[in-house]
Amino acid sequence: MLRIEGVTRRFGDRTVLDDVSFDVGGGRMTGFVGGNGAGKTTAMRIILGVLAPHAGRVTLDGDPLDTARRAQFGYMPEERGLYPKMRVREQIAYLGRLHGMPKSAAEKSADGLLDRLGLAERRNDKLEDLSLGNQQRAQIAAALVHEPEVLVLDEPFSGLDPMAVEVVLGVLQDAARRGAPVLFSSHQLDIVERLCDDLVVIGDGRILASGSREQLRARYGGSRYELQSAGDVGWLRAEPGVGVVEFDGGYALLEIADRATAQRVLRRAVDDAPVDRFGPVLPTLTEIFREVVR
Amino acid sequence: MTTRYVPPTFWPGVRLVAERELSTRLRSKSFLISSAILLAAVLVSVVVGSIASANPSRTTLAVAGPITASIPSGAFDVTEVTDAAAAEQLVRSGDVDAAVVPDDSAAGVRVIALDETPADVVAAFSIRPDVQLLDATAADPAIAYFVALGFGVAFFMAAITFGQTIAQSVVEEKQNRVVEILMATTPARVLLAGKILGNSILAFAQIALIAAVAGVGLVATGQDALLAGIGPSIVWFVILFVFGFVMLAALYSATAALVSRQEDLASAVSPVTMLVMIPYFLIVFFNQNDTVVAIMSYVPFSAPIGMPVRIFLGTAQWWEPLVALAVLIATTVGIVAVGSRVYAGGLLRTGGRVKVREALRG
Repeated sequence: MLRIEGVTRRFGDRTVLDDVSFDVGGGRMTGFVGGNGAGKTTAMRIILGVLAPHAGRVTLDGDPLDTARRAQFGYMPEERGLYPKMRVREQIAYLGRLHGMPKSAAEKSADGLLDRLGLAERRNDKLEDLSLGNQQRAQIAAALVHEPEVLVLDEPFSGLDPMAVEVVLGVLQDAARRGAPVLFSSHQLDIVERLCDDLVVIGDGRILASGSREQLRARYGGSRYELQSAGDVGWLRAEPGVGVVEFDGGYALLEIADRATAQRVLRRAVDDAPVDRFGPVLPTLTEIFREVVR
Repeated sequence: MTTRYVPPTFWPGVRLVAERELSTRLRSKSFLISSAILLAAVLVSVVVGSIASANPSRTTLAVAGPITASIPSGAFDVTEVTDAAAAEQLVRSGDVDAAVVPDDSAAGVRVIALDETPADVVAAFSIRPDVQLLDATAADPAIAYFVALGFGVAFFMAAITFGQTIAQSVVEEKQNRVVEILMATTPARVLLAGKILGNSILAFAQIALIAAVAGVGLVATGQDALLAGIGPSIVWFVILFVFGFVMLAALYSATAALVSRQEDLASAVSPVTMLVMIPYFLIVFFNQNDTVVAIMSYVPFSAPIGMPVRIFLGTAQWWEPLVALAVLIATTVGIVAVGSRVYAGGLLRTGGRVKVREALRG
């Protein structure tokens, strides 16, 4: 598990990260979301040791990170960058060797990744001759070439077409399945919603919310319930402790203050007519995000 | 669990980075073409020099006293003077190549020259006359000028060309952000050392190739006497160049790390470029001024030019190049230490131009 503890970083007088703590569990995809300038990129740079924190520390399975350990990380910076005039396969393999891979292993790994990412035919082209989307895929390969034990990816899906998103997603999920903690940031909340197991929301340099997707949804879920019944649910208007927000034949959106009332409503509904669906309305990540950054 | 790779230690890392620099440069067409042009220029100048020296102008001769009759007329431009002292004066001032004065030897005359026996004059007499050299150690001032210019141009060209190349490759990595991936893997000092090493190897190879082409050219065109005279200064030039170039390379990369775009590069590295240009102009304009050249031979930025020139002129004691080398190495070590901190501090700051003090703070 990758643990960030009490990390603070200032640039001049500006505090960009203020006592930031969160965990990235092994084998879990953790989404890292926040507005522009919230501190995502700085936090990632500190995890990678590219920047030093003014306070706090980062540990992996309890051990403080040193250069050798960090070399096991896979990193995709927000500012994409590879050598434009270098051939794709050659530079992916070069980066693998900088991480300590023997030449043959680096080349084999580069070939495997480029094949999987659909770049096998372009592997001897210069990077600058690839389309932006393909350059982005090459960037993913660069982050993964050394079979990293931790992945930190800043906006890995931006600029990818839906098919490429699926491919990249598959590659990342494989890494998570092998037990690697995967931290990725994204502005595309719908993608995060679909992909992540855990979520960390940052705003203005502070962690606003963190936890598993289910926990967060339950925590920010409020008190709305949905009922879909085969019969008419007009009787709900007369129920004590229940406010009807929307009503349409067999469907109702309700405001219910406590669980006991909810159970009573469900029993009554089941007695009345077959119930297709009843449950709390979980907010989407977009809604949670809006709620916490407000 | 996947295999854990251990990142390379300092020297293997440096080697990896240097290899990439080398292969990138060697694949660049512009580098190959400009190198070929430079070598061709050196070869042409050697050949032109040999053609020029194969057609020497008529030897000028000062003749004192009643011996004119024994010199074949038409072979020399003869100036008649009153006595031996006046003839010697003309030789010293360089107005004539040699003088013939009366003597009580078997030949009846003596030949006076500045630094080299004038073979054509000696051959003109049936009995070989004695030759008196006024200053046997002095180098021909014209050759000395070209030697000074040669060292100046070679250092200037190599430092500017490869210094700019290093600066550009630093900014390239910063501009296209690959540096962030590199720094997450590799310490900045490894990146810097690899970059300096890779480009230095190319610079040294180019200088060595130029020296070899010039040497082979001089021998092939029968100018081996000049080669023998210039040998020791070339050796010292190469030694001083190696350290001088590393020092300049550190300066170029540190200053380049302060900017984020190629457009800003020229103004950022201009102070370093001045440090390269000033010695060049000094040697062009003051190569006859012993004091200026002596000072230049100790100042680290001009020692690779100044000291070889003094060695060629024979004005340097044996220990002087060693002292200059020690001063240069000490300066290089200091500059590399500060330069690598500026480089590391500047790399991740993008946007405007970074101040040196900010970069040093990290």
